[in-house]
Amino acid sequence: MSREVVLSRVRSALSGSKTEALPATPAYRRTGILTSEQRLHMFEERLGEYGARVFQSSEPDLRERLATVLIEGQKLKMVHPPGLPESWLDRRISWTADAPGVDGLSFTQIESFDGVLTAATVAVAESGSIVLHHGPTEGRRALTLLPDYHLCVLFSHQVVETLPECFERLKGSATRPTTFISGPSATGDIEMTRIKGVHGPRFLDVILLSP
Amino acid sequence: MSLITIDPRKAAPFPEAAAEILHDTQLRKNVAHATDVIQRKRAIVVAEKDDWQALRDAGAAIRREALQHLDTYLEQFEQQFTRAGGHVHWALDAEEAQRIVLALLREAQATEIIKIKSMTSAEIDLNRSLAANGIRAYETDLAELILQLGAELPSHLIAPALHKNRQQVRELFAREMHLPNLTDDPPALAEAARLYLREKFLKVKTGVCGANFLVADTGSVCIVESEGNGRMCLTLPDTLIAIAGIEKVIPRFSDLEVLFQSLPRSATGERMNPYTSLWSGVTPGDGPRNLHVVLLDNGRSEILADAKSRQTLQCIRCGACQNTCPVYRQTGGHAYGAVYGGPIGAILTPQLFHLDYAQSLPYASSLCGACYEVCPVKINIPEVLVYLRSKVVDRQRGKLASVFNQERVGMKMMARIFLSRERFETAQSIARVLEKPLVGRDGWIHWLPGLAGRWTAARDMEALPAQTFREWWQGRGKQ
Repeated sequence: MSREVVLSRVRSALSGSKTEALPATPAYRRTGILTSEQRLHMFEERLGEYGARVFQSSEPDLRERLATVLIEGQKLKMVHPPGLPESWLDRRISWTADAPGVDGLSFTQIESFDGVLTAATVAVAESGSIVLHHGPTEGRRALTLLPDYHLCVLFSHQVVETLPECFERLKGSATRPTTFISGPSATGDIEMTRIKGVHGPRFLDVILLSP
Repeated sequence: MSLITIDPRKAAPFPEAAAEILHDTQLRKNVAHATDVIQRKRAIVVAEKDDWQALRDAGAAIRREALQHLDTYLEQFEQQFTRAGGHVHWALDAEEAQRIVLALLREAQATEIIKIKSMTSAEIDLNRSLAANGIRAYETDLAELILQLGAELPSHLIAPALHKNRQQVRELFAREMHLPNLTDDPPALAEAARLYLREKFLKVKTGVCGANFLVADTGSVCIVESEGNGRMCLTLPDTLIAIAGIEKVIPRFSDLEVLFQSLPRSATGERMNPYTSLWSGVTPGDGPRNLHVVLLDNGRSEILADAKSRQTLQCIRCGACQNTCPVYRQTGGHAYGAVYGGPIGAILTPQLFHLDYAQSLPYASSLCGACYEVCPVKINIPEVLVYLRSKVVDRQRGKLASVFNQERVGMKMMARIFLSRERFETAQSIARVLEKPLVGRDGWIHWLPGLAGRWTAARDMEALPAQTFREWWQGRGKQ
């Protein structure tokens, strides 16, 4: 068995070598220093630098705001994960819910929609990232991948400042499938210049709900 | 589609390969431009982190810890990944890894696979072995697609096609994708790749990838990417096989809070890359049902055993050392004759081949230390380069030919001279006499005979001063 051979090689390679203890408290910055207003502003600015758009709204206005953004963007045929609140979905848009398991939409069907609407688990201001855990309000991974447009609703309390704060929040659910999204799909492969839009959604909008 | 591969066992020594490439002015221009752009971007996003050095320290500590307990963390990863419905395979070398992947693909009845860019897969020459067995691999990363369509070799860890400019990519795509009207506007090129691969993503049911990290405590595989081709390959197929070097494991999920800050900044000069995915075994109704990880040794356990060069395995493949290296920036990656080029390649490749091949690579450096300075996990590359040089020399020492080796004889003489003050001072006065015919009117030596001529081939040497410091010191009171 190669397993045993590899492991025994590793063990004999390490035998007799010293091990060092890690510093108890790391010296890098773990907690944020910004006010909540500054934090949200930083998130908006940094996600914006990647080519995503961030809109402000509040919970009571959300349904109307969502509808406006979608109608203005001509995204009238939308798909959403099964657990999204009905109250978000304005009737001027055609909505289709994905379903769990075998009743779910096919990849070709998912791809045929104008876009997808989801919630998120947490967002990071410093890196301009949205984190999906792909639960009932975020959908399975294909759902936010195949449509060309992703609209994501974030509550302001979901936005943390630093990545260590983000990982603190993910602690209890770390084994779930996880996707960090920092802007629309892009590539740097031609002359190292970030070009928007290759295989993932080419357009990413975020609606940020004020506290 | 032709398949070409890079094999350090057959590659020309670095000085020969480099000399040839230096004539390719277009390639040098492309490499210089791309590495300039990325270094500028990196400098900005690194400067805004006032805790950057602490992040480097933490990154190095995480990687060192992983290596110091590699057996434990590998077993823990295996246990966690298997518990969640995945399968873990172990491969001693490239051949075994190829066999394992092939058997898994046969089981899945695959005739085509879609691939995420993976250096490890290139290291084991996977595409060729699959092609020999009737399985066609589609590279889906834009740069890898460029290389595959153009039958070219990778030249960089992160952007393996950085030696091609937009006009060259346009020519290639227009020809291979039958798009005569394609422009060289980068968004148009990206769009062409999107359309070209879309059908493959939806149709091909088997994916192969590498891994940026394997997380021991959660059993997660992590893929860091930009385009979304990674998400496609790791989400849409029924079967997904990840090939990862055994050194890719990190102890804890929370270690990613450091590496997710340092890797994207170092690799592409971004605060964060567009997409990072993590999965820990099978999730019913979401993504592949058959998940495999192939853990590859292929010389790594041997590197691990050497305390001085073990740090080579800390590498997280960001490519920052390549972008900053004054040698790489002149030659690009091809001169290194291996999948891993640049400073990290110069230490990794010879070690992966037990120093039997690629012996010229540890010398492909001016030892300026820029690579160490930018490394996000603080691999002291110059230190390892010097160490490997000594090992290369040690290997030669035993051989008969080395008794007559000019360099060796010269070094032995120097050693004797430096051992005693008298000999050193005598040598100085003799040298002052001997050098006379060689010193030009400007007080410089422009030409030296024999082996020493290699020095003056590229630079002048100042003549010895008329008086040494010691002579001046002794004579200073007497005037």
